[in-house]
Amino acid sequence: MIDARDREIIEALQGGLPLVPAPYAQMAEILGMDEDALLYRLAELKSRGVIRRIAAAPNHYKLGMTSNGMTVWDVDDDRITKLGVRIGALPFVTHCYERPRALPDWPYNLFAMVHGADRDEVEAKRAEIAAILGDACRVKDILYSTRILKKTGLRLKAKG
Amino acid sequence: MKLDGTDRAILNLMQDDLPLVSHPYAAVAEELGIPESEVLNRLTRMKDGRVITRFGPFFDAAAMGGAFCLCAMAVPTEEFETVLTKVNAHAEVAHNYERTHRLNMWFVLATETPEGIVGTADAIERETGICVLRFPKLQEFFIGFRVAA
Repeated sequence: MIDARDREIIEALQGGLPLVPAPYAQMAEILGMDEDALLYRLAELKSRGVIRRIAAAPNHYKLGMTSNGMTVWDVDDDRITKLGVRIGALPFVTHCYERPRALPDWPYNLFAMVHGADRDEVEAKRAEIAAILGDACRVKDILYSTRILKKTGLRLKAKG
Repeated sequence: MKLDGTDRAILNLMQDDLPLVSHPYAAVAEELGIPESEVLNRLTRMKDGRVITRFGPFFDAAAMGGAFCLCAMAVPTEEFETVLTKVNAHAEVAHNYERTHRLNMWFVLATETPEGIVGTADAIERETGICVLRFPKLQEFFIGFRVAA
């Protein structure tokens, strides 16, 4: 799916681009290639969906979004795709997935991450999700994060 | 750190997909009607202040051939720190959060292959004696990752 050169490019860029006027030219030099060749490769990776977008990753906590709740829902299997798309499109939902249930411990199949300045704000947003799901949702819960135990970027390991 | 209106405008604009061009910061500067040097200075300050974690391509890990799985464990309070040390010792554990539930430890495994997920989760079960529930994604309702600054 990706060749050795793509892999080198991904490894070099996964830490982010340098804050200089021509960041791709700088990275191309490190990689021993032309800037045009690097941009061409990146455009190709983007067209194949390996690169989703080129953007800044904000730090929620530093922006005052200190409360984060993983809302979980047991949604009718026949309706989850249609409803999931609507939940994922809400501006305050940062991640939204269908995942398998783990019965009997875990009846929930829809996970939507909600961020807010405090728990009241998160609860208000959660109520908006509940209103959209309506009777398609049987049981629901919310799990607040109380501590970050580990956070490393999702890094591609160097392959020998 | 304190953000002013221009910082927020930069941050909001740069959370959208930016064009793949030789001078991406100049493109942002033009859009906002400010000099490129000001965009770079402000970005540097926001990165130093950790308001921005990184700027660059977001890679789809699965498209690169990797595998990911959200996992959860119900860890007894008195064993929490011991179990945490054992779990975090695995390089495959990318994020790990304590959460308010009987299932109180939630982490993401990131491995090169699907077999790596099974191997790591099984190893954690062996080492801790606690069941590792696995919640791989079946569908992603992906829109983006935006915070109004």
